[in-house]
Amino acid sequence: MDVARYIKNEKDQIEDVILSSGIHVKPKYGPEDLEAVGFDYQKDLGEPGEFPFTRNLFAEGYRTREWTTRQYTGFGTPRETNERFRLMIDHGQTGLNVAFDLPTQMGLDSDHPLAWGEVGRVGMAVDSLRDFEVAFAGIDLHKVGAGLTINAVASIMLAMYQAVAEKLGFDRTKISATPQNDILKEVLGRGAWIYALEPAVKLIGDTIEYSMTTMPRTNPVSVCGYHIRESGATPAQEMAYAFLIANAYIDEVAKRGYEPEEFVGRFSFNFNIFGNLWEQVAKFRAGRKVWAHNLSDRYQVKNPKNLWLRGLFAGGGSGLTKAEPENNIMRGAFYGLAAALSGAQSTALCSFDEAFTIPTPRSALLSLRTLQILMDEVGMRDTVDPLAGSYFIETLTKQMEEKIWEEMREIEEQGGVIKAITNGYLPRKLAWQAYEFERDVQKGDLIKVGVNKYAEEEDADVDLHEYNEAWAEEKLADLVELKRTRDSAAVASSLKNLEAVARAGGNVMPALVESCKAYATVGEMSDVFRDVYGVFKEPSIF
Amino acid sequence: MHTNVKVLLAKPGLDGHDRGAKVIAIALKEAGMEVIYMGLHQTLEAIVAAAVQEDVDIIGLSILSGGHIPICRRLMELLAEEGIDDIAVCVGGVIPKRDVPVLKEMGVKGIFPGGANLREMTETLKALAG
Repeated sequence: MDVARYIKNEKDQIEDVILSSGIHVKPKYGPEDLEAVGFDYQKDLGEPGEFPFTRNLFAEGYRTREWTTRQYTGFGTPRETNERFRLMIDHGQTGLNVAFDLPTQMGLDSDHPLAWGEVGRVGMAVDSLRDFEVAFAGIDLHKVGAGLTINAVASIMLAMYQAVAEKLGFDRTKISATPQNDILKEVLGRGAWIYALEPAVKLIGDTIEYSMTTMPRTNPVSVCGYHIRESGATPAQEMAYAFLIANAYIDEVAKRGYEPEEFVGRFSFNFNIFGNLWEQVAKFRAGRKVWAHNLSDRYQVKNPKNLWLRGLFAGGGSGLTKAEPENNIMRGAFYGLAAALSGAQSTALCSFDEAFTIPTPRSALLSLRTLQILMDEVGMRDTVDPLAGSYFIETLTKQMEEKIWEEMREIEEQGGVIKAITNGYLPRKLAWQAYEFERDVQKGDLIKVGVNKYAEEEDADVDLHEYNEAWAEEKLADLVELKRTRDSAAVASSLKNLEAVARAGGNVMPALVESCKAYATVGEMSDVFRDVYGVFKEPSIF
Repeated sequence: MHTNVKVLLAKPGLDGHDRGAKVIAIALKEAGMEVIYMGLHQTLEAIVAAAVQEDVDIIGLSILSGGHIPICRRLMELLAEEGIDDIAVCVGGVIPKRDVPVLKEMGVKGIFPGGANLREMTETLKALAG
């Protein structure tokens, strides 16, 4: 499962190591292992920056371009979040990754009864364009790209991002937004789904189609193996299921008459790092190759740049422990090291206190500094793909590639990923794997330091981020003010138009941009979709 | 002791992180209990209605957003209004140590922060259903 399983003899010597993905590690590797897996330099690796990109997307790796640092940030009102954005940017962070509160993620305004107690709690509360104007004030949106961690209502947030950029004087062809926009993984993990699955996937198609022509630097979808792994998947399954989900989105757009070549180059991914270091590195190297082959073999994509596995490789929350929370600082450093050795293009870490709640400024900066130290102090920029040529790593990369293809085939043979999600097969499989992992940690079969080995009774005291109920009151007052001052007729007509377009099955993005610019609220826009599309019913898995 | 312990598990509110809830559902089933898993985005009213209808011994809530105190307080009020406050309420999730006495004070019987021992949890639940 998540960390490797060690089979030991009575003298505590290791007799076997079984990685989460099921691969056995040998005590030593040599040229005969490369021969046994049929390793071929040109075919399996190629030069860095060349097909199949196993070694890196870029010929010289971090020499020509450092990774982008993108700590997940947002809480309270847009004002607090803007302050935190600027704090991170002032300390050298090069990208943003916006956290939204649960009501916003679920398409509910701050004054909705179900939003009670949740406004601004786990992310920033956004009701209208007015909030984005505050959140992004003073930030150069031509320079800093923004990840928008939102899915069910990602189309609304992408429209709002275009609206705010234009309002603040930026050119929509030069801004770079990366809405997460991956609804299929929300069903497997994270659970922030709203609409019935088929129209929800159609909405993703709309954002991809719209970005192609209107916001060419936008990455309209960030497919998340990350949360699938958090839900119990092995590293090989994390890659495999993310690729299958990405293929489902490609198919959605291709059926509208576009060639995958025209749009897959803007696809992006979000993957998870925790557990065994070697397995993570092999996973990403193999993953780049599998994705490039998937696109070239299945979809006849030819332009090498369109074959890139672009994305965020980020430290995983599941690796953190509540016991001895400062240990998570060290874990984060090793996850960052794994990201760098894997050639991550963009990265972030969970901060050490995130086993409890969202991070304080101190812990968020500590994560950023960890990533900066890796780039500037320990040699991660020196040479591209530094582990290449290791008998062990190359053997493992080949084995991991086989595993990823195997996991993809298993799902495709039963009718594809959407079917395996909606009929409960995948949710059930992941839940069982998560249960077995938890059971094995508790039995001590899987080791977590400070939890089931070297554990101490004493609980450490850490200063935690505190939720402030005044934020919700402030948001409610803002909403009253918004509804008093906006042009209600313009709001009503923009929403009417949105509904007409949605009912007719057209691309909703232009209508959403108009609604955002008229200061329609997130709740009003998402209610239109609720009415037109209906809501998702969770598959029963027990 | 009950031979057939019946547990209603649900995730109230908007948080969708259900790995923990599903792990608990499997663990309780493996321990021989009857588990009704309501799934995500449940209102407290729906949870109470299901508890009445299914005549459960225990209601288990999984809450990871940090809203466990107001949510549990409201649930306890609803149970009292319905006259079914003999049902034991348990809560699991991201629960800081300082909140444990607050939850106990309002009558929550079992409190299981992340990483809680599954065997101890099933024993506690069996005793509560006793």
